[in-house]
Amino acid sequence: MSDLLKPEELYKTDSRPPRTDWMDTPVEIRRGIACYAGNPKSLEYVGLPNARKWSCFDEDWQLPENWQEIIHEGFKERLEKFRSFKVFMDICVRCGACADKCHFFIGTGDPKNMPVLRAELLRSIYRNDFTRAGKILGKLGGARPMTLEVLREWWYYMFQCSECRRCSVFCPYGIDTAEITMMGRELLNLLGLNIDWIATPVANCYRTGNHLGIQPHAFKDMLEFFQEDIEEITGVLVEPQYNKVGADILFITPSGDVFADPGTYTCMGYMMLFHYLKEKYGFDITWSTYASEGGNFGFFTSHEMMKRLNAKMYAEAKRLGVKWIIGGECGHMWRVINQYMDTMNGPADFLEEPVSPITGTKFENAKSTKMVHITEFTADLIKHGKLELDKSRNDNLSVTFHDSCNPARGMGLLDEPRYVIQNVCNKFHEMPAGTIREQTFCCGSGSGLNAGEDMELRMAGGLPRANAVKSVHESKGVNTLATICAIDRAALPDLMSYWVPEVEVYGVHEMVANALILQGEKDRDTDLRGEPLPGMEDSDE
Amino acid sequence: MNLKYMYSLLAVIVLFLVSYILAGTGMAFKVLFGIILPYAALLTFIIGFISRIRNWARSAVPFRITTTCGQQKSLPWIKPNAIDNPFSKGAVVIRMFLEIVLFRSLFRNTRLKMKAGPKITYNLEIFLWVGALAFHYAFLTVLLRHLRFFTEPVPILVQLLETVDSFFRIEILYDINQFGLPGVYISGLVLLAAVTYLFLRRVFIPNVKYISLAADFFPLFLIFGIAFTGILMRYVTKIDVVAAKELTMGLVSFHPTIPEGLASIFYVHIFFVSILLVYFPFSKLMHIGGIFFSPTRNMTADTRATRHINPWNYPVHVHTYEEYEDEFREKMVEAGLPVVKQPVETPPEETEKKE
Ligand code: HEM
Ligand code: SF4
Ligand code: SF4
Repeated sequence: MSDLLKPEELYKTDSRPPRTDWMDTPVEIRRGIACYAGNPKSLEYVGLPNARKWSCFDEDWQLPENWQEIIHEGFKERLEKFRSFKVFMDICVRCGACADKCHFFIGTGDPKNMPVLRAELLRSIYRNDFTRAGKILGKLGGARPMTLEVLREWWYYMFQCSECRRCSVFCPYGIDTAEITMMGRELLNLLGLNIDWIATPVANCYRTGNHLGIQPHAFKDMLEFFQEDIEEITGVLVEPQYNKVGADILFITPSGDVFADPGTYTCMGYMMLFHYLKEKYGFDITWSTYASEGGNFGFFTSHEMMKRLNAKMYAEAKRLGVKWIIGGECGHMWRVINQYMDTMNGPADFLEEPVSPITGTKFENAKSTKMVHITEFTADLIKHGKLELDKSRNDNLSVTFHDSCNPARGMGLLDEPRYVIQNVCNKFHEMPAGTIREQTFCCGSGSGLNAGEDMELRMAGGLPRANAVKSVHESKGVNTLATICAIDRAALPDLMSYWVPEVEVYGVHEMVANALILQGEKDRDTDLRGEPLPGMEDSDE
Repeated sequence: MNLKYMYSLLAVIVLFLVSYILAGTGMAFKVLFGIILPYAALLTFIIGFISRIRNWARSAVPFRITTTCGQQKSLPWIKPNAIDNPFSKGAVVIRMFLEIVLFRSLFRNTRLKMKAGPKITYNLEIFLWVGALAFHYAFLTVLLRHLRFFTEPVPILVQLLETVDSFFRIEILYDINQFGLPGVYISGLVLLAAVTYLFLRRVFIPNVKYISLAADFFPLFLIFGIAFTGILMRYVTKIDVVAAKELTMGLVSFHPTIPEGLASIFYVHIFFVSILLVYFPFSKLMHIGGIFFSPTRNMTADTRATRHINPWNYPVHVHTYEEYEDEFREKMVEAGLPVVKQPVETPPEETEKKE
């Protein structure tokens, strides 16, 4: 991070497209923007083709002899398998409505980060290879043949899209550049062109059940560590259950929350909530070390890889014989569960339609997939007055909420987390319209781009989000950015310290746990982070 | 210099000159422009359009990838956004209707401003929406008004439309209207203005200029040409409308004729229309059909409540629990995690035998 530009240098208000036409502007793969290539061992482990050591900065990418044919055939296959792809290739009118909607374009000023041009990178090949008009008109019709130069361009820009779907909200035809990026990445993966920040988590997840490669005993160790922390803070020993056959409910959350701050506090929040419910209502929920990942970096690789990794959720639910599943706070995990899981790995007819054992609420909206979002579950508990909460314990926090892209635009989970936050915190302020709810801005690090080597890209891509936080920080004194996504919790702290250093990142269930009054707890004087609670600032001294 | 539009402009000028000159040279070319090309163009349009639609329809819809633009339907006391996050087919119909009739998504358009501070603002930008609506409705009105040339008697609705369209009389410059409806049609002028606006934004807004292809300018010039020649005929050169209708009625009744007294500009007009018809199915103008097929807009967002079927769903390799436990069994037992199979304490000799 040492040679990262300063915020003043990164913020460009005057970016203009280059003078040369985009097809005639060669791609320059830059450090700070590009990610490192996938580790061959990781590709091999899950059987992805052309595993080898390479780097995007190399001259020779060590492609298979017939790479053009592979791309052509792969393209063709996907046009038949995905109507979305074919229609989106055909109908863009280049009106430009999507252009300044992409955070990566806003932050980098690179015209090929306009969603429409990102799509044109593929569309130009589509026209050349699959349409008559493209063949006849050539460049006038926006067609060009597939070359190495084009492939490099694909690679560079497909990994500068976080598949956030913001462009799709504004397009008059709903063209979703995220969908095009997904196809682009699938094609690149046919040639072994993945990035390591995706490839290695995928391999880890396949083997150990989670992206971080945490083995079962270590997983338990980590939660035990949180148990100690919780006991120290609250005086209550919480005891999570693992891999319990016959439990009522299975809980699956991203492993990032087990692994690194500030996600760990959210994880502690889940543990405390489940403990509370167990003591009070006999709630019976189990964690799994096999299905110990909510997230799905397969989603950033290919539809097939997404399915392979996702399969563990239902498989484990079936093996344990639970009734239904609760999923933790994660962004892309919920796009996968909401829009793909049941189709790919269902029907989950071995599970029951989810009913809250505490309130009796039927989660009708999840009756086929049988998986409920934790904020839906908690909002329902709060609505029914099932939680004893002391909101004032969060009075040091002046909160705003960052809608994560996938729950917002691939699900519509907008008011449930807000309801929870407003019931556990007294101070809540929305960011400006146009930056929240379905128009929310990405953290800049989604879809596997939260590596270290592309920090300039991440800080640039996160600019619109950070800037909206800055505006409520300055006008309302907001010091807390709440989120329901593990990638956010990993990525936003860096983003905040770069653009708005006074703001901390919280998970929603961390704040729930701060407010939650456990049975038999001692007088708490700190929050889960060990920071003094409001009014307790001097009590240590 | 980015002069992509010059190619398209040049193409349209050439088409104009060619048809204008040739149509004046004699009967053969009048037959070509007035009969053969219109028939061929219409046939191409119909076949092309249908085959594009069929081509889209042939592709599978494996997943329900609705773009949700509002609150989902979840707990009964949380108000869902029924249209932007449609849970039922009916809601999808409303969503699609609003997209098609009002260009609803385009209405969300914002313009970004990056100021010192750093401060970024997003303001509503309705010009594209207004321009696009004006363009499409003017085009539609003109199209419907032209039904008068293809029907006898003229349907009452078409007459009504003409009345409404010419209602706001600006000024009656030339009182030459053989159909007894004096006045200036607003739609023609709006069409011309809107096309001009769409062209200018492609030239003057840097981002839009950068993404525009030569192929994006061509239909704009062509439609400008159609509207322009139409207005010219109506208000300036005062074409013989009865003769024009004789030709068009000949086409629809499959008894084509070339009446006397039609000026060359008329042939240019229908030649341009023919070109547009041919161009249509092979170009982005197919967005009219495509929008109906757009999976992010035309699908319900009830994926967790009703299962969507993927026609090509195939089995994949997964890492089973058994494989997982086999790899980590000892560690799991040591950590006190439950296992399905207990590790067998194998005496050393037995292991040897197995090998
Ligand atoms: C049904 C829903 C439709 C929607 C939402 C829609 C939307 C749009 C939009 C947003 C543009 C972009 C304007 C621009 O160029 O910047 C456009 C252009 C255009 N549309 Fe449509 N349209 C629809 C139907 C149609 C139909 C029925 C036609 C039939 C002629 C049509 C013909 C055109 C033409 C000729 C252009 C100009 C292309 C250009 O700008 O180069 N559209 N449309
Ligand atoms: S908004 Fe849609 S139609 Fe317009 S340029 Fe973007 S992708 Fe194309
Ligand atoms: S999906 Fe998001 S990141 Fe990708 S092009 Fe669209 S707005 Fe940009």
